[in-house]
Formats: sequence, C-alpha cells, structure tokens
Amino acid sequence: MESLIHQGLPHAHRRSFLKLGAVAGLSWLTPVGQLLAAQSEHTREPAQSIILLWMNGGPSQLETFDPHPNTMSAGGTKAIDTAVKGVQLAEGYERLAEVMSHLALVRSMVSKEGDHERGTYLLKTGYRPNATVEHPSIGAICCHQLPVGKTEIPRHISILPSRWPSRGGFLGPEFDAFQADDPLQKLADVTAHVPKDRDTLRVKDLDVIEQTFLRGRQRRVEATSHREAVQRARTMMSSEQLKAFDVTQEPLQVRKDYGEDGFGRACLAARRLVEVGVRCVEVTLDGWDAHVNNHEIHKNRAGTLDPAFSSLIRDLKQRDLLDRTVVICAGEFGRTPKVNVAGGRDHWPNGFSIALAGGGIRGGFVLGATDPEGIKGPETPTDVSDIHATVLKAVGLDPTRENVSPVGRPIKLSEGKPIESLLV
Amino acid sequence: MRMGTRDLLFMGLVFGGGAMLVASLLPNVSPARAGRRAEKRNVVADNPTIVSELDREFHREWAEAEVKPVGPAAQLVMMRRLSLALMGTIPSMQEIRRFESRPEERRLALWLDEILADRRFADYFAERLARAYVGTEDGPFLLYRRRRFVTWLSDQLASRRPYDQIVRDLIAEEGLWTDHPATNFVSVTIEPEKPPNPEKLGARVARAFLGVRLDCAQCHDHPFEDWKQRDFQGLAAFFGQVHTGFSGVYDGKGEYEPTNRKTGKGEVVKPRVPFLPELLVETGPRRTQLARWVTDPRNPNLSRATVNRVWALLFGKPIVQPVDDLLSAGDPPAVIKLLAADFTAHGFDLQRLIRVIVASEAFRLDSASDTPVSEAQEKAWAVFPMTRLRPEQVVGGVLQASSLETIDRDSHILVRLGYTFGQSAFVKRYGDTGEDEFSESSGTIPQRLLLMNGSLVNDKTKDGLFNASSRIAMLAPTDREAIEIAYLTVLTRRPSETEASHFVARIAGTKGKERQLRLGDIVWALINVTEFSWNH
Repeated sequence: MESLIHQGLPHAHRRSFLKLGAVAGLSWLTPVGQLLAAQSEHTREPAQSIILLWMNGGPSQLETFDPHPNTMSAGGTKAIDTAVKGVQLAEGYERLAEVMSHLALVRSMVSKEGDHERGTYLLKTGYRPNATVEHPSIGAICCHQLPVGKTEIPRHISILPSRWPSRGGFLGPEFDAFQADDPLQKLADVTAHVPKDRDTLRVKDLDVIEQTFLRGRQRRVEATSHREAVQRARTMMSSEQLKAFDVTQEPLQVRKDYGEDGFGRACLAARRLVEVGVRCVEVTLDGWDAHVNNHEIHKNRAGTLDPAFSSLIRDLKQRDLLDRTVVICAGEFGRTPKVNVAGGRDHWPNGFSIALAGGGIRGGFVLGATDPEGIKGPETPTDVSDIHATVLKAVGLDPTRENVSPVGRPIKLSEGKPIESLLV
Repeated sequence: MRMGTRDLLFMGLVFGGGAMLVASLLPNVSPARAGRRAEKRNVVADNPTIVSELDREFHREWAEAEVKPVGPAAQLVMMRRLSLALMGTIPSMQEIRRFESRPEERRLALWLDEILADRRFADYFAERLARAYVGTEDGPFLLYRRRRFVTWLSDQLASRRPYDQIVRDLIAEEGLWTDHPATNFVSVTIEPEKPPNPEKLGARVARAFLGVRLDCAQCHDHPFEDWKQRDFQGLAAFFGQVHTGFSGVYDGKGEYEPTNRKTGKGEVVKPRVPFLPELLVETGPRRTQLARWVTDPRNPNLSRATVNRVWALLFGKPIVQPVDDLLSAGDPPAVIKLLAADFTAHGFDLQRLIRVIVASEAFRLDSASDTPVSEAQEKAWAVFPMTRLRPEQVVGGVLQASSLETIDRDSHILVRLGYTFGQSAFVKRYGDTGEDEFSESSGTIPQRLLLMNGSLVNDKTKDGLFNASSRIAMLAPTDREAIEIAYLTVLTRRPSETEASHFVARIAGTKGKERQLRLGDIVWALINVTEFSWNH
C-alpha cells in the first residue's frame, strides 16, 4: 500500500504533501500517515564522519572523473566504461569504475580561485579567502558542531598533510587537524620517554606548580585551556584507539588492496580511525600540479589513487560504514582543457570535477557536464559552497546555522545550498 | 669503560669550571622589593614626560571604565617579560645572578640597556618584523633570500637606523636581492615569468605601513570603511613600473593595467594615494614617491601602525586587533595617537618607543591579583595580558632552560639552529601562527604532546653532561638551593614555600645519577606548566 501511494511521487513532493497533512493535524494520527511519516523521517541516520581525499596541486578533470575521449582537449586520454551505464572515467581508474554505483561525480565545479593557496582555502572551508576572518575547514566545523562521544584521540586528523592542512580558523587552533605522517611510522610524541612510575610522579608534580600560578589568576589560567589540553593529551597517550593508526594490524591482503604506499596506508588508517569515532580524516595525495608532462604525471597518480580510493569504498561498504561516512575526493581546482607546449595543463577553476560517496550521497549519479572542447562554460555550474552545504546536510547539520567570529560577526556553517539531487 | 670516561668528564667539569660556576650561580642576594618609581626615570633618558602622559591616559581610561589596576609585577617577572618579548627567550641563570647583584632601583633599566645592545634583540625583532613585510613563506626560488633579508633588517635595528629610513628602503630600493637585501620586499611577490605583483605589494604596504587591510578592496569596496577599490588599485599602481632583470629590481616604464571585473578588459590605473594627497610629491620613480609619502612625518599612519605592532610584540597583544587593521577600531585609541606622535617627533626611533612602553605603568602591571581579575580590567589594560607564547619563544625558552649560562650571546639561538623559524621542526610541529600572529588562541594537544614527549625536551631534561638539571644536581650545595636554581632557570622565579618543600622531599637523600634523573623530572614538570608556555 505504501509503495502504491508513493509511486510517481517525487521525493520533494512527498514531503510537501506530508507537510500539508501535518498542518491539517491529521496525517500522524492515521496509520497511513504514520507510515508516511516513518518513510519521510526515515530520512536515514545522518552520516557520522567525513573522509576527505585531498588531491593536492589540482588534478586534471580530463584525466580523472571527466574524460572527453577523441577530442582536442583529451590530448589522447582514453575513457573506460564503469559499472554505471553511460558513465565513463578516464583510463587508469579501472577499479574505481567497478564501484561507480557508490560514487557521485560533480563535473561542473566552478570557482574564481586559480591560486593553490586560495583554491585550497575555498575547497576546504567553502568560503573564499578574506582578509578579515579565517574560516574553519569542514572537518573543524563538524568537530565543533557534533558531540565528542567516546573518542579519546583527536577527532580531526590530517594524514600526510600538505602545506595547508585543514584548520580550525576562528573556531580556534584546538580544531586544527591533528597531523600525522605515513602510518608506517610510529605516531610522534605520544609515548613518554621515562618509565611509568617516573611519568606518574612528573604529572603529579605539574599540579603542585600549577597551584602557585593559579593564585590570583584562576579564571585567566582556565581560559588558556592549557591544563585541559594536558589532560586530553594524557588521555590520548593511553588510549586503545591510538591503535587505529597502526595499519600493520590489518591482513596483508587488505594492505595490498589499498596499495603499499603512503597514500594507500593513510586511506586504510582513515577507515580504522572512522571506526573508532574520528569525525574527519583528511588524507593528502600530492603531486597533481602538472604544468609539464600532464599525462604521464596523471597516469602515475592514478596508479596510487585508483586502488586506494576503490578499496576504501569497498571496505567501508563491507563493514557497513559507508552509510555513516561521507567520502570526498577533491583538489583545489582542475586543469586547462588545452595542453600547453610543455605537455602540461595549467590551473583551471572553470569546470572541474570532484567525487563524493557514502552517507546520504546518491551513488551512480553525475551532476553537470563540461564542454568537450573546453570552450563554453559547464552545464549546471556548481559552487564549492553548495558542495559544503550538501556534505553538512549529509552529516545532519543545518548549513544556515551560524557561528560567531571573534569580532562578533555571525558566519553561517556554509553560505551554499544543499544540492538535493546529490542526496539520497 | 665508557661509563668511566663519562665519570671522568664529569669530574673534569666539577673541578674545572665547577668552582667558578658555583660562585656565579650562588651569590646569595636577598629577594627584591620596591624602588620602581625611581627606576622609571632611568629607562627613558630624555623627555620622560611622554611616560607620564601615557600613564595619565591609562588612569583616565581606568576611571572611565570603573576599574582599578592590579598591583605591579615582581622584578623577575619583568625581567622574563623583557627577555621573551625582545629576545624570544628567557633569562639565563647567569643573567639572573647579574641582575640581582645590581642595585634594585637600577636593575630593569640596566637589563633593558643590555638587551637593546644585544645582537639577539636585533635578530629576534628583525624576524618578527619580517613577518609583516614578507610573510612566512620561502618565496620564489633564488630570487628571494629570506635569510639575507632578515639579516639586513637585523643590521639596521642593531645600528639603530631610524625606522622611516628602513621603510623607505623596503618600498623603493633598487638592485639585486643579494647585495641590496631590502629589495626582497619587492622580489618576494614575483611569480614565474611575471614582474613583481603590484596588488600584493599594495596590500603589504597598506597592512604593514599604513595599518589598514585594503585587500578586500582589491575586488570590491570595503564593506565597512571608506576604502574604495580605486584606493587599492591606486596604491598598487605605484608598483606598476617595477621590473626585475639581471641587475635585480629596478624602476622602468609601463603602466599598471588591472582587469576590470565588470568588463573583463584591462584598464590603466594611475598611482593615487588613498588619503592626504597634498603630501605626495610627484617627482622621481613612483616607488620613491610612495615611500616619501608613507614616511612623511605629517602622515600619521606609519607611526600608528608601528606603535600598534611594537605594543603587540611587547604585550603579546595589540591595542587594536587585528594588528594591521587600525580602522577596525574606528578612530585610533588615544594611547596609539600619543605614542605615535612621540615616535614621529623623535625621529622614528624604535628603541625609544620600546623604552617608553616598557616604562609605562601598564607594562609593569602584574598578571595576577588578590581579587578576581575581571574582563573589564583585561579590556582596559588594567592587568597584564596572558597570551600564548610563540613557538620560537617556547623553543628559545626550552633551550635556555636547559643551560645555566646564556646561550650564544652573540646570536639568537634560532639563528644558530639554522635558517628561519618556519623551518625549524619544532616550530612546525608546535604550530606556527603565521602572519596573523597576535590573534588570541588557546593551547592545543599537539603542543602539549610535543612538550611532554618531544625529543627536544627529552634531550634537554635527561641526564646529559651539559644539561642544567644534571649540573644543578652535581653543583648545588643543598637540596633547597638545587630546587631554587631549577625554578629560577626555568620559570625565572623562586619556588613558593609549598613548592620548595614538595620538591626538596623529591630529591632528599639522592646522589649521583638518581639525583640527576629526579632533577631532570622536576625540570620537565617546570617546562610543562601553563606558566612556562604563556606570557604573563
């Protein structure tokens, strides 16, 4: 019966229909109304975590998610079919093609920022750089807005950080991403250098000294959060959750699937971190700034990105984590449709691609299209802020909610609007 | 065998330098008190009326805000403040002993004289100022030699060159970035195959020397202020004729032709100053015209911007926040105007400006009070601000705390550590605050992890031959004195009675290696408290 009622009623209409019912004060009293309400409220559980695969340097859309084979702009790049009919990826992404039904591609990203630093800022914060306020990155916003839960380690983590890792901006440095190297190396500075008994005594001694300084400064010392940070660092040092960084605990085959390089290991660590409740993990893959030898560079990068990204999606799916994790793959901009004299492509913010997957994102979906010859602007140009609003909505946050900057200026979580077509 | 050699070395230390060290470390001077009024006069030799005017202004503001100032800070606290603000490190044990051996009423004046004559001051201040001029990044390959730039700036500060002259060089100097290091101000903005960037230079001049953030007027008119896009472009146009070639930066021909965002076409924009056009003399190269206008004593902005920045360097917090946007406060506060007028009238002498601020009552207030400190007091500067120390101050502090003698008096520790602050691994991990260095922030977990478990602190607190903790363990005649020296070395103060008895019990009856380890642990704890990482 339920399905009969819904047939042919698009999602949005269904909701407005419900709203009418609610206004009439009827629908939720009747069994049918309850069913309808359940269906609409079923608005699935919001996602819990975000994994941002950061393609540092600006990958070419043409050699990744938006190929235009046999055109001038392709410069010889071929396309491959994917599990979703009619959607192609550039060659080199054979494994990602297999999980295409979980991926949404936005091929019509536009921005006004063609500089690495400014582009990075825009993509990570959803705002254009501005001299008067430093915006928080999306991971910082999520950590600030969503409850801490049982997470004892930093909830915002950047593995293999680039020059501009995700920051807390005006929310404060405590929301900066905690930076970690290749998971192959032991996490720095989380173990005391002295035996336990001495360590315990030293920490006890801290308090004796703090007491003297607190005298006459109680509120001011509290405002520094110094002792709180010490406490949290101590909790982290002894937390079992730290093991999430240790990818050697994974079966060899899993490690091989992700790829036995820094990025592959970092993606695997990201999955393990999400499992212990980390809100946002940023994983950087560097080296996309292909002003020369674009094709060769992109072929090489695909060799790293394809296995890691596809394994991450599969792995999250297998563990029932994909529904509660939003995965984003993006760089600061795309690259010019024209191949330059050095065989490279230059910066191009006028029509580039990003990929999204997981929690609340509609898989197998493509939004927007670029001109195959790269002359006209893209169809359905999409603003970076709208992507931010969409992801915020996927994690259950209202983008129009406001934070207050240090000078008392209200600032929305995002100025964009969620793109409904991208959401389930 | 190896242990034997080590012990021998220790013996050598004890018998060699030991006796002398003990003498210099332990001349028992009674703790200080009073004599501060008289001392004020010693800090600013000529025309000290500015200090009384400044104090009067603060008293007026305190009365208006209905707050009372807290009491004065102890002398050792002042000594620490000055070291951190002006040299980026803490006083050494050696310096503390010398400080306390002097007549009370002259201690701070002599200490300030010493600091201002110390190369560490010039080096440290140059690095801090350089952030405002060229940022923290390394800039284009080869063209830009940050190190050389900072060294040049340090030389200018050390020779007490008037600040307006330094600024003129920065804006208008010609030549190679190597032998005319001031030109790095211009060359840092070069991007591959392009001339120096007029917009970036215009924005820098506006922020660093005029104390206004014009950047947003780059794309549109300033949302709150009177600044228009044409003001910004007019300023940028002064850099429209600067080029680079084999002879470095030079002034040539050409026009500044930004793209009109509405029409998408290039349009020539002529140089134009945003205010006080009557001060602009339109002869000579454009950059020289701008430099003369910026440094004209009748143009108040350079002095005001500089006062706000120097104040921030001394207090850890600017009078107007952000430090490079005086307009955010509307009409500049009276204190800024007062100090700026004095700065201009006395030939843009940075050292005098520092002396005046240091002599002021506001700078000498404590950060603690017997009655709870209110936010109104904090806002009115009726209590000394507590601010997070910068990473290089923390690293300077850790290194100095692990040595009893002054580290490298001829050069700042970080210069010795090699290259810029930005490159030091510690600074990177601690989290460099970049150019926006005075924004208020709290401590973070990575910082705590770094100070608790990082290799630097570990190396400096373990039982090493040259580590302060080991030497204190070896040389201090009594437990009590050992604890006192540890406190002075790390926190520049003596322990309270509770602290003293607590820690004396920790080391009582220990000898040799055991004693060294325990003292190392105490130094570790002293380094990890709020007091160490926060300016107060």
